[in-house]
Amino acid sequence: MTFNIYDLSSFTQSVDAWLRNAMSPGWASLTEYVVIGLVFLILYAVVGLYLVYAERKVCAFMQNRLGPNRVGPFGLFQTIADLIKLLMKELIPIKNADKVLFNIAPFIVIIASFLAIAAIPFAKGLHAIDFNIGIFYVIAVSSVSVIGILLAGWSSNSKYSLIGAMRSGAQIISYELSVGLSLLTIVIFAGTMQLSSIIESQANGWWIFKGHISAFIAFIIFLIASTAETNRGPFDLAEAESELTAGFHTEYSGIRFAFFFLAEYMNMFIVASIAATVFLGGWMPLHFGTGTGFNHIMDFIPPIFWFTGKTAFVVYLMMWFKWTFPRLRIDQLLTLEWKYLLPINLVNILVVAFLTLMGWYFK
Amino acid sequence: MKEVLNYFEDIFFGIRSLWAGMRITGKYFVSPRQIVTQKYPENRKELKMTERFKGEVIMPHDENNHHRCTGCGICQINCPNGSIEIITKKELNAEGKEVRAIDKHIYHLSMCTFCGLCVKTCPSDALAFGREFEHAVFDKSKLTKILNQPGSSLLKDVK
Amino acid sequence: MADEIVKNIILGEDDDYVINMGPQHPSTHGVLRFEVSLKGETIEKVVPHCGYIHRGIEKMCERDTYPQIIHLTDRMDYLSAHINNEAVCLCVENALEVEVPDRVKYIRTILDELNRIASHQLWWCAMGMDMGALTTFFYGLRDREKILDIFEESFGSRLLHSFNTPGGLMNDIHPDFQKKTKEFIQYFRKKLPEYDQLLSGNVIFQARTKDIGVLSLEDAIQYGITGPSGRASGFACDIRKIQPYSAYPKVSFKEIVYTEGDTFHRYKARIDEMYESMNIIEQLIDNIPEGDHALKMKAVIKLPVGEYYQRAETARGELGVYIVSDGNKTPYRIKFRSPNFSNLFIINKLATGFKIADLVAISGSLDLVIPDIDR
Repeated sequence: MTFNIYDLSSFTQSVDAWLRNAMSPGWASLTEYVVIGLVFLILYAVVGLYLVYAERKVCAFMQNRLGPNRVGPFGLFQTIADLIKLLMKELIPIKNADKVLFNIAPFIVIIASFLAIAAIPFAKGLHAIDFNIGIFYVIAVSSVSVIGILLAGWSSNSKYSLIGAMRSGAQIISYELSVGLSLLTIVIFAGTMQLSSIIESQANGWWIFKGHISAFIAFIIFLIASTAETNRGPFDLAEAESELTAGFHTEYSGIRFAFFFLAEYMNMFIVASIAATVFLGGWMPLHFGTGTGFNHIMDFIPPIFWFTGKTAFVVYLMMWFKWTFPRLRIDQLLTLEWKYLLPINLVNILVVAFLTLMGWYFK
Repeated sequence: MKEVLNYFEDIFFGIRSLWAGMRITGKYFVSPRQIVTQKYPENRKELKMTERFKGEVIMPHDENNHHRCTGCGICQINCPNGSIEIITKKELNAEGKEVRAIDKHIYHLSMCTFCGLCVKTCPSDALAFGREFEHAVFDKSKLTKILNQPGSSLLKDVK
Repeated sequence: MADEIVKNIILGEDDDYVINMGPQHPSTHGVLRFEVSLKGETIEKVVPHCGYIHRGIEKMCERDTYPQIIHLTDRMDYLSAHINNEAVCLCVENALEVEVPDRVKYIRTILDELNRIASHQLWWCAMGMDMGALTTFFYGLRDREKILDIFEESFGSRLLHSFNTPGGLMNDIHPDFQKKTKEFIQYFRKKLPEYDQLLSGNVIFQARTKDIGVLSLEDAIQYGITGPSGRASGFACDIRKIQPYSAYPKVSFKEIVYTEGDTFHRYKARIDEMYESMNIIEQLIDNIPEGDHALKMKAVIKLPVGEYYQRAETARGELGVYIVSDGNKTPYRIKFRSPNFSNLFIINKLATGFKIADLVAISGSLDLVIPDIDR
């Protein structure tokens, strides 16, 4: 099997060829599906666990303290210990809750983020599902999680959960508009919705530089709107600890709570990787123009590290927001969306359409 | 027109104030020398309490096992909630006269409020504050301490 | 007028959507229960239920002699413990008509102001945390540790000192006290603008606190809201200016009074008070006169028959100590007029018409310490 770190499609194709030699095409396809599914499950779990650890360390350093530092070297096994503790907790059944909905809700949230993570290009050749409507698919599928949140709040049969779920539902539905519209600016620039073509089109520079002011404004709006989408940061009133205990997941315990918790961190990862792909070039190294020496130096770093670095940077920005700002109230949040973000977004799209028509951007 | 200008002014000043706040947390993120955590059980050897620290009430004994408590009971009278019980006995002193001496000085650490009145009002300066602060026990009877050590006796020239 | 106040506090009717905040709640600063009647997100009525931490301090004081009362008063409003102690000592000293040495007065005032800064630092931490900015909790506590270290060196304990006694102080201050206090003031003067930059300059915080919970001047006077909460509505009630005690006549400082009375100005009043406290300490710290640290009092203190009252300005408002003595060595009756008890019951009037998130902001800005309400 050939393993070229710069173009992993050779590795995946050689594995594919080996499988088709060893068994019939039907079985080979089935094996491939199972293997890819397992790889994604493990990736989901491991990245989720270490994102929780990273958040605790980042938050601790910002607060002049150390963070987890006892379980394992530098506290690396802390989240594994937390996971074991959550697995061993008793699943407390609620008396008058709707049992079917109560049990299904965490699964819906997890399934929504699984569907989205399948379409992300991790490196050159490591792209599980390459739809020609890539971006549209990701936005559509991540909206499914709002059903899970509303079901969780409603079926818990508790006033706090209901208020939290209603707030969260209103918030997510409003901010999806901004997310979609800000991604649309890059779609207009690139001319395609397919994620791999968007990345290819950034071979001579990332869209945030090529699209100058409009792309930068779209990036900022996308950051704000996606922080609100994932119930994080200054927009986390659905789980505001100091007001309503824990909002829509108050009544969940043990592994069901772990699902909500994990899904929140993985949604953050997904949103950060979409931002990195669309605005910052995905796995494409930093190029300025074509065929210069600078580009050759940048090409030395394999694409998988570029992708991980950019996603880590956007994740760090989202964590920075959360630990600095106080919370917004629900009506201020909705005012921010409908009176500030949406008009600016619409005007931005008009400007981008005009720029593309006139060709006034760095091609 | 004025509303449009106000709108953009709001946005500009808002973003500027948010960036100012982010600069502070960002500054602390990159300064590991400002970390104030003390790694507690590992640093027990270097951990020194201040000299007046109110850890518990002790009766200092010198190297010949002498203390200064005469059993007068003034600390028991002054303690606001009865954390001190004095049990005295009669014994013969150097001239052969029978005097009162301390048998047991019982101190209930579980009830003490650390007000310091016993230390302050003792006429012979027999009590002091110790620096031990790790008092957590599994057995509550360990918190009732007898302050005078067995076999100790009064120092010669105490009133 | 009393009927009107009582009518405001009638319990909720049956068909309101009632939510309970507390007694165990991350942001009610102690064991306090708010029974909130909601309509959607808007509050119709808030009924506070206190009494969960009633320990009978006033009754316990009836069996203790005057030096023994001091350690109980520590535990009422534990964040201004020194000022509570000082109020009782001043009441006893005025009743006996003795004058403490100047050194005692200066030290008592400096410790008062240090205690005030420490209390406001903890208030700032908690307010930031209630608003959702969790980092402010750690920054405030980090700076408060320096004051607590100064206290630990001189008194032996960080929060509940029992350092005052009728007639003076229990011990003299540690020789390093002046140096460390001056270092702390230099350090804190640089850090306090950071607090502004992190929290109050923030557009989100301002949007959540401006014009929320407006307290008018008439209401402040009627309900007896003292301390920074009252001063932010224009009620100039600082006891340090009206009836100065200890070394306050010798210091010059500004009384912080604003007229708007909303949550943001209650916040600002406390931050400005921290600056003024540092000014007061700077005026006194280098001029502590030499002398005794206590008067020689009789072994058993007996107040003459009569009633005595003394006021002091704690970090939260006016504390009143009322002693009725019948000539014995224990008081016949002692009553504390606690500032938090009066400040609590304005919540219904302030919060009606706002949202739940605003209730948290308003109760944070009123700076309630629950053990003081229940004593």
